[in-house]
Amino acid sequence: MKRKRSSGWLYLLPAILLLGAFMVYPLIDVLIYSVEEGYNSASQTFNGVGLYNYSHVLRDPYFMQALKNTFIIVIITVPVSTGLALLISLQLSKIKKLRDLFQTVFFLPYVTNTLAVGLVFMILFKRTPYSDGLINLMISIFGAGPVDFIDGPYAAKMFVMCFYTVWVVLPFKVLILTSALASVKKEYYNAARVDGTPRWRVFTKITLPAISPMLFYLIITGFIGAFKAYSDEVALFGTDLNAAGMNTIVGYIYDMLYGNGGGYPSYAAAAALILFAIVLTITVINLMVSRKHVHY
Amino acid sequence: MEIVLKNLSKVFSGSGKRRHEKVVAVNRFDLTIPDGKLVGLLGPSGCGKSTLLNLICGLEEPTEGRILFGSDDVTDLPPEARGVGMVFQNYALYPHLSVHDNIIFPLENLRGAKRLPKEEMEKRVAEAARLVQITELMERRPDELSGGQQQRVAIARALVKTPSVLLLDEPLSNLDARLRLQTREEIRRIQTETGVTTVFVTHDQEEAMSISDYIIVMKEGVLQQLGEPQTIYEKPANLFVAKFLGTPQINVFDAEIRSGRLCLGGAEVMPMQGLADMPVWAGIRPEGFVIDPAGPLECGLVRVEVMGRDTSIVFTHPAFTGASARAIVPTAKNVDRSAPTLRFSLNPEKVHIFSKTDELRLGAAAGGDVQ
Repeated sequence: MKRKRSSGWLYLLPAILLLGAFMVYPLIDVLIYSVEEGYNSASQTFNGVGLYNYSHVLRDPYFMQALKNTFIIVIITVPVSTGLALLISLQLSKIKKLRDLFQTVFFLPYVTNTLAVGLVFMILFKRTPYSDGLINLMISIFGAGPVDFIDGPYAAKMFVMCFYTVWVVLPFKVLILTSALASVKKEYYNAARVDGTPRWRVFTKITLPAISPMLFYLIITGFIGAFKAYSDEVALFGTDLNAAGMNTIVGYIYDMLYGNGGGYPSYAAAAALILFAIVLTITVINLMVSRKHVHY
Repeated sequence: MEIVLKNLSKVFSGSGKRRHEKVVAVNRFDLTIPDGKLVGLLGPSGCGKSTLLNLICGLEEPTEGRILFGSDDVTDLPPEARGVGMVFQNYALYPHLSVHDNIIFPLENLRGAKRLPKEEMEKRVAEAARLVQITELMERRPDELSGGQQQRVAIARALVKTPSVLLLDEPLSNLDARLRLQTREEIRRIQTETGVTTVFVTHDQEEAMSISDYIIVMKEGVLQQLGEPQTIYEKPANLFVAKFLGTPQINVFDAEIRSGRLCLGGAEVMPMQGLADMPVWAGIRPEGFVIDPAGPLECGLVRVEVMGRDTSIVFTHPAFTGASARAIVPTAKNVDRSAPTLRFSLNPEKVHIFSKTDELRLGAAAGGDVQ
């Protein structure tokens, strides 16, 4: 018995070593950084231990702006992208002709470079001294005035941001949901047809429960992904996100480490742990809700 | 409800590169299934049985022909308007709903005037559950049930809306051997209790023989014979039906009619009136052989297998079309196992003559509609 147990640990050793060095140790290190007050990265010294870093971060208007931006992005893009993906995959699973073509079209953004697409979006939406941009051109057809989506009002910027995020995360969700829908046994639908089940009831009673594990997976990863948004913002608004008022929590953490006002690993660590607490809370809530509504 | 099929055909065309290939799954079916009977739809795999069932159900649209329930033409009606209950091969129970919710599901679909009050629904569900004896399992999920129990739930779900026709697609194929015996009795009992016209698909001739009032034999989309099990066994319409029904299989000999006598390998074995001289297939049921030292049929003895009440004799004959033929005789007859040969006489009722050109049974009309 004892021999067996020790050989088990031997097999786990490579994984444990790698995870320990690259996951567990950095995590503990972040925790330590976050409570070291007045840490000086040059001399690697600190004054004391406490929660000052947290209170500083929470009182920092830039952090609060980043927090607000992140929450808006999460609350808008996760439901919109998931709902839209569900709608698209439902229609995709119904059609037969051109299905492969549409699937490819919907999947294309997934294999396209984020920064390149971000630039394209910026060009579409940006106003310059020479042109109002393609989107403004289209809006003007309906008689609305030109809006500067990239350097203009906050709502316009947030709209572009959410639009872009939905566009970027959609393909993966469509891919997952189309395959989930395809794996629902056809016999259920035949049985429902013989019983004269109304279409809406087929959707809520058969389709939704059948794909609920996949849907739940997409919602959880969607939340986590949206909370970790950063590169998309850079692609659209450039590296100085604080100036644009479009920073996110991850962007704030990066700025604290390497940005213009950088060199504060303690603040970055505290912000990272706050983000971790938020994501953990949301995920736990998700899990609790899923117990009732997800059918494995 | 009487089911009438008139010149019913279903042709599937391939897709993509094979779009010009056509598969005739059901080919010009004309038959009448009488009201209140249990009918077995029998045929080898891929012969179009399930397609025919789906046509009756309404899940498939016929390429040609009409389907009538009683005097109503239901050909163009969707399945829900036909009043059919269907039990699918894999039961298709909704996995996230309890047994109770599965059974009540069809009733909850009803809208408007057809919708029953809640108590009436519950009463119907309880009634269906009692009929298939699953009353204690109502709160379980389908994955917590055995195959046989799932089958019963599926039947209850099909019966709860009191259909005029019950259709079962391979109802026994997913069950183990013991459960299969039990469940087929159960299907027979439920059908007798409800009196609903029932059609079930099977590829197992024993299953069809044991519980059906009538059997429909089909092959490659074509109706071979419709009749009572015993009739089909005793008067098979053609060589295929003769071979398909009965275990052990019928023994087919390459034979000849010569001046009113049946000849096997040159030897005259029995008189055969009313047939002109010609080469024929002679099908002889295993129980049609009678050990008779003075019998006309001389065979090479291969093996004797005593199986309790009966004895199975494996023998060879030059005119036999397969490797070795098999006869079943009562065990009381002593068989000399060491003898190299053995003589039989034949029971004329167990000998069927089939034409070599179209393989139809000679000397008897082919089966048609049930009278």
